[in-house]
Amino acid sequence: MSQETDILEEVTSGEYKYGWVSDIEQEIIPIGLNEDVVRLISAKKNEPEFMLEWRLKAFRQWEKMKEPTWANVHYPPVDFQSISYYAAPKKKKELQSLDEVDPELLRTFDRLGISLDEQKRLSGVAVDAVIDSVSVATTFRHKLAELGVIFCSMSEALQEHPELVRKYLGSVVPAADNYYAALNSAVFSDGSFCYIPKGVRCPMELSTYFRINAANTGQFERTLIVAEEGSYVSYLEGCTAPMRDENQLHAAVVEILALDNAEVKYSTVQNWYPGDKNGKGGIYNFVTKRGLCAGRKSKISWTQVETGSAITWKYPSVVLKGDNSVGEFYSVAVTNNFQQADTGTKMMHIGKNTRSLIVSKGISAGKSQNSYRGLVRINKTAKNARNFSQCDSLLLGDKCGAHTFPYLEISQKDSVVEHEATTSKIGEDILFYCNQRGLDTEEAVSLIVNGFSREVLNQLPMEFAVEAQKLLAISLEGSVG
Amino acid sequence: MLQIKNLHASVDGNEILKGVDLEIKAGEVHAIMGPNGSGKSTLASVLAGREDYDVTEGSITFEGQDLLELAAEERAREGIFLAFQYPVEIPGVSTVNFLKTALNEIRKHRGQDSIDAIDFLQMMRQKMSLVEIDEKLIKRSLNEGFSGGEKKRNEIFQMAMLEPKFAVLDETDSGLDIDALRIVAGGVNKLRSLNNSFLVITHYQRLLEYIVPDYVHVLSGGKIVKSGGKDLALELEEKGYDWVRTELTADAEA
Ligand SMILES: Nc1ncnc2c1ncn2[C@@H]1O[C@H](COP(=O)(O)OP(=O)(O)OP(=O)(O)O)[C@@H](O)[C@H]1O
Ligand SMILES: [Mg+2]
Repeated sequence: MSQETDILEEVTSGEYKYGWVSDIEQEIIPIGLNEDVVRLISAKKNEPEFMLEWRLKAFRQWEKMKEPTWANVHYPPVDFQSISYYAAPKKKKELQSLDEVDPELLRTFDRLGISLDEQKRLSGVAVDAVIDSVSVATTFRHKLAELGVIFCSMSEALQEHPELVRKYLGSVVPAADNYYAALNSAVFSDGSFCYIPKGVRCPMELSTYFRINAANTGQFERTLIVAEEGSYVSYLEGCTAPMRDENQLHAAVVEILALDNAEVKYSTVQNWYPGDKNGKGGIYNFVTKRGLCAGRKSKISWTQVETGSAITWKYPSVVLKGDNSVGEFYSVAVTNNFQQADTGTKMMHIGKNTRSLIVSKGISAGKSQNSYRGLVRINKTAKNARNFSQCDSLLLGDKCGAHTFPYLEISQKDSVVEHEATTSKIGEDILFYCNQRGLDTEEAVSLIVNGFSREVLNQLPMEFAVEAQKLLAISLEGSVG
Repeated sequence: MLQIKNLHASVDGNEILKGVDLEIKAGEVHAIMGPNGSGKSTLASVLAGREDYDVTEGSITFEGQDLLELAAEERAREGIFLAFQYPVEIPGVSTVNFLKTALNEIRKHRGQDSIDAIDFLQMMRQKMSLVEIDEKLIKRSLNEGFSGGEKKRNEIFQMAMLEPKFAVLDETDSGLDIDALRIVAGGVNKLRSLNNSFLVITHYQRLLEYIVPDYVHVLSGGKIVKSGGKDLALELEEKGYDWVRTELTADAEA
């Protein structure tokens, strides 16, 4: 038995691959947070007046709020005054095209495996790249504009489409929704904005890559997706950060609004720096993601592959308001070494005949703790609502933990709610079986983990499924140079 | 091809194999019979390189090299195959996918490139018909929800695909219906050649009517206590293991 644990320990102690720091000229404001900082951020971004008011209101509410403590994660208190709330690559002038972007920056994205140039030319994926706090490049914008699709950074949206931002910002996640959301509302520096007009099926994947580069900064991006009647969009975000000994805070907000018959697929491959083998450093990932199925027969689907971060606190939810609307949540969360993840979803059924599906796969290795926390609420108005939840945990070794916290709040008796949960271990017998067929243990673990996560990986767009599959293997293996 | 000399093996400090000697030449089929708990599966596991079995004494040589030096996956790549008595289930991984990974590992070891998708498909078709396995079955998650007999048939299918030099079949016949037994045995016979050899562990003489062995051995109490030709199996079926035991004590007293 101990031998088995040794083997697993060996193969599960891989190194983080994206931990380098780019040497980019940056502008960073002094650490600390007060009203003046909020004003400064807004001024730097040359924002319309309403935006500053919105931020200040959020900030004042945040000051009165308390950090939540109910999650199954443990960390020393965050000192919000020791963080810088704005860092941006220095721009000499307004950029006209990608060719004018700092070459070091382009190299950064190359090393991340996201060549903005290549992406632009070869694949049908539009990319918005956000480094530290600011969007540095959005590709394919003009092609999308021909269809009326707006895909740009939040800062640009505030300049070019202030009326749209004003109308929808905070409509799904109110400014002071929770502690981290309120903080984000006050200080968010950028993010992506995406608007799909009535009846348009967005012909390409929209994708944003977030990268934290600067030290002692927090990243607070805010993403807003609006899908008008009968429209469709598939959106993907990816994230990485350098290895640093101190913890860094990431508190993002994502809002999705789907009107009648609209469908939004949102996929995340989250690979923030998880800290080292001894639990030093890593990103605190405190994120609020919510979708509102406002229209009839609308559908919002969250898919997440969570491999990074020291601490993850994240519950992508769907409010099923429109009749016959559908919410889905597919998640793979991997924790290794000393990582802690408390993640899951909330499905709030309000409309009639609303349906939700939850598929959660938790994989724990090392000394990590992995919790699924999910709420299914069926309101009185949600006649004939249905939910099915499947929560599976896979343990590698015997020093890690898997926990499941399903909450049900049901006020409508003709609803059907089902929950299934399993916990399994990669045992010595399975490893031996694989070894006997010629697979070494690393390969066996990777094969088993990918098999375990299959249902979720299948939800990802093809090109990202392959990436995610590799990422899962890397997060669990010692094969990274 | 394979020489086992004075093999002693224990698990968790309990000695299970207490001095096994066995030599298997290329092209031969050996059968091992013996009472429950006598150490047959233990011998199979030790040959395949399971780590929680400690070899305390003796040696195993495979094609001139010290097998005990090699990890389980290295032995597999060298051409050793074990059809498990209790095959495991791997959710989300199809037999096809699993075999492709395994086959490519073996090829890599031999310095060959990964198999081309079309060649692989062709090879699968051919081996599928050899063991008459349904395509639907091998597209499903490996062994998940398979019936006992389906799992056994899948083991033989994997063997056919990986083309080992030396294969151990641990009670592959138990759980098979009469037709399946005939098909599986037929598959093994078609794979038999002058270059590869088999060690067939079974409780039933019936299997040995289909897969006719060159030698039959009786393993009892961790030792091979009797060896003979294929007729030994018949004799055993008739007289039971007590017969071997009494014969042994008689020998010892004489
Ligand atoms: N971990 C262990 N600790 C102690 N004894 C063990 C352990 N594993 C196996 N054994 C014992 O070793 C002996 C040999 O087991 P093995 O599985 O090799 O028998 P077998 O000949 O294959 O039996 P069967 O015909 O029932 O398949 C049995 O008595 C078994 O209980
Ligand atoms: Mg046995």
